[in-house]
Amino acid sequence: MDFQHQQAAHCESGVISALLTHKGLPLSEPMAFGLASALAFAYIPIVKLAGQPLIAYRLPPKYIIKGVCKRLGVNVRFRKFSNPMQGAEELDKAVSAGRLVGLQTSVYYLPYFPEEMRFHFNAHNLIVYGKQGDDYAISDPVFEESVTVASRHLNKARFAKGALAPKGLMYEIDNIPDTINWQKIIPAAIAKNCKIMLGAPLPIIGIKGIRYLSKKIANYRGDAREQRLFLGHIVRMQEEIGTGGAGFRFIYASFLEEAAQKLNNDFLKTMSDRMTAVGDEWRAFALAVVQQCKKSENIDRVSLAQHLLVCAEKEAAVWRELKVWAAKVGK
Amino acid sequence: MLRDDVPQHKSSTYAGHKKVLYAKNAEGSYETVQSSGWDVEEAATLDAVEQYRLWADEAAVAVRRGEASPLMYHMYACRMDLPLLSQVSGIWRWRIRRHFKPPVFAGLSDTLLQRYADVFNIPLAELKKLPD
Repeated sequence: MDFQHQQAAHCESGVISALLTHKGLPLSEPMAFGLASALAFAYIPIVKLAGQPLIAYRLPPKYIIKGVCKRLGVNVRFRKFSNPMQGAEELDKAVSAGRLVGLQTSVYYLPYFPEEMRFHFNAHNLIVYGKQGDDYAISDPVFEESVTVASRHLNKARFAKGALAPKGLMYEIDNIPDTINWQKIIPAAIAKNCKIMLGAPLPIIGIKGIRYLSKKIANYRGDAREQRLFLGHIVRMQEEIGTGGAGFRFIYASFLEEAAQKLNNDFLKTMSDRMTAVGDEWRAFALAVVQQCKKSENIDRVSLAQHLLVCAEKEAAVWRELKVWAAKVGK
Repeated sequence: MLRDDVPQHKSSTYAGHKKVLYAKNAEGSYETVQSSGWDVEEAATLDAVEQYRLWADEAAVAVRRGEASPLMYHMYACRMDLPLLSQVSGIWRWRIRRHFKPPVFAGLSDTLLQRYADVFNIPLAELKKLPD
């Protein structure tokens, strides 16, 4: 198949960008991310990862694909399977028909992942673009090159159990619209993202969630080792799980820049610069956390909590301005 | 973040791979830049990996003393904890906790053990002992 692998910063936005581009609707990864209104923050203490709370910097898995397709008016077909055999058969059918297929998989069972990155995470996305003998040709957007995976490994990764179990999920783009009204959908996508960051009814979502986490850091109980683990976990969720580089803030800034060009709008360009500064602040926070954790004496939790509050307020200011703009333009 | 500020720390956790980040070029517009790693991220990842290794080592000691079954060791060695193993295997936590006891573990059927072995992605024979 004539398919060009391209490396992306994040698996889900990378996959949908590649699928749409291949189908004839060229869409950059940041554009896909922004149109899905995918930037978020959530501190979810009831979901535990190795005893630590889930901290998310974007929407839950599958929402990027669904969100961007809905926004663009693209039809995408999702299929899950209760029977792994059937799931494998359907994948083979689609691949032999020359169709490009997106899959949700576990990271742990994919042999091409570096050993130290193989955690049990069930919502990784990749593209299958061919099969030779028993090996699938796979374009995994977070890797530099395309890879091959033996069918038994891929089947295992597709039907891994546990939280966010993929259940063999495969998806294909059915058709794309003839025209796209950028003037309309870009402000709408930004308005929706403002709502997620500023207007969530729960204190653990959006800007409120960042402030909440800041309070958690300030009041954290536990010995030095537990504090280190908790703080290290925050950095991991932000940098490793959330694509290095300040948990998606730079991708969103890149989206704002592209949107500014598409709409010929200087305001969005300014907002892109401001969002870049927000991302830089998040990076500075991660650095401060790790420096504190490496110290032998007491961790200064209060200063870290304050630093996180700076991130929250800087980001809140950007969203508030975007909200006013989107409301004006959307009229 | 500027293109030149993208860290290139050759993190061991990347195992020679490179990630893509979005950063600004000299003209001030965004583009993708490959990064070979960032010390900050590496430190956090290694801490997390280290935690599981610590738990696995502790479990191995307990297994040698006859206080725990190899199941506990393999769980941590596969970077799982009890809630995760329960989710992934579909076996209740209290049952798994029982299986951590050597006498109970010794009496388990191969069918049940195979479920654990499948989850850990190791052969059945390996599940029954500590690695050499």
